[in-house]
Amino acid sequence: MHLLNLFISFFKIGLFSFGGGYAMIPMIKTEVVQINSWLTNSEFIDMIAVSQMTPGPIAINLATYIGFQVNGPLGAVVSTLAVILPSFIIMTIIYLLVSKLKGSKYMDWFFTGLRPVIAGLIVSAILMVLPSSIVDIKTFIIFALSFVLVHFKRFTQFL
Amino acid sequence: MDGNKKINPIKLFTSFFLVGAFTFGGGIAMIPVIEREVVTKNKWLENDEFLDVIALAQSSPGPLAVNTSIYLGYKLASLPGAIFSALGTILPSFLIMLLVATVFTSIRSLKIVDSIFMGIRACVVSLLLSAIISITKRSKFKIPSYLIMLIVTLIVSLYGISPIFVILVGGFGYILYKLISLKFRRDENVR
Repeated sequence: MHLLNLFISFFKIGLFSFGGGYAMIPMIKTEVVQINSWLTNSEFIDMIAVSQMTPGPIAINLATYIGFQVNGPLGAVVSTLAVILPSFIIMTIIYLLVSKLKGSKYMDWFFTGLRPVIAGLIVSAILMVLPSSIVDIKTFIIFALSFVLVHFKRFTQFL
Repeated sequence: MDGNKKINPIKLFTSFFLVGAFTFGGGIAMIPVIEREVVTKNKWLENDEFLDVIALAQSSPGPLAVNTSIYLGYKLASLPGAIFSALGTILPSFLIMLLVATVFTSIRSLKIVDSIFMGIRACVVSLLLSAIISITKRSKFKIPSYLIMLIVTLIVSLYGISPIFVILVGGFGYILYKLISLKFRRDENVR
């Protein structure tokens, strides 16, 4: 029964949260804290912190962690797969649609119009992470150094 | 179908495993890392194609990195590609979180863990900045594009307008603009 609940909750989270990352947090909280009481409110906040500090998408991190807490390794597998299943189905449909429409001028125009919008979204992401990232002179120096390395030296993160 | 580039799904798996393992914070923070893997390092896509994929992934529900990896997987190696890329993206999270779930309480109080993550967060900012500079440079933005970019930045960060909304307005708005400007040109030709 636990497994089925985990599956349904995380499938819903994957299906209804747009924008990814921080935008998914309120949705996850409703399912995990309010509806199912799998975590208390303060445990949930701690988990958000851990998910931000560990690599990978936040929704995946939370799904794996909560699944494990509720039903061990099997719970972790079920909730992680459940959270990406909607993505898989929807991206499959979108891919098929886009392949069909390829070469249509409307499709081209749509994407041309999107480019500056996406660039603006990335800038607003920078503004969003800035206050918690560069907090003193030390973090600023790390930022400046890593920027020079990454941008001008074309350093790859994984050597 | 344009899934005819025939990239080995295993290669996609390892690339997206790196993306999943080295991006902190999720969401848009993962874009520069994906860009580096897919555009700069492996040259699987042109810069513009990559931006199109990001736009699609942004306007669908679910984690951005997962959506992006599934779509790119289809594009580069059809269904096996989609499956392998998605698994590559989520596997590092999965393994790390299993570890965290078992040792979380003891790690959390360590001050050094805190310091490490402060350093990592500062680097995320420089990755994003570098990505936005190369994207605007390669897309050859002109003044109207920069204006739109500025407006989007302002309304999203100051007023919390939903990204899906601005994406739809941007895409359909440009179609409308093109239709209207084409109609005007046609009218002039008639005269």
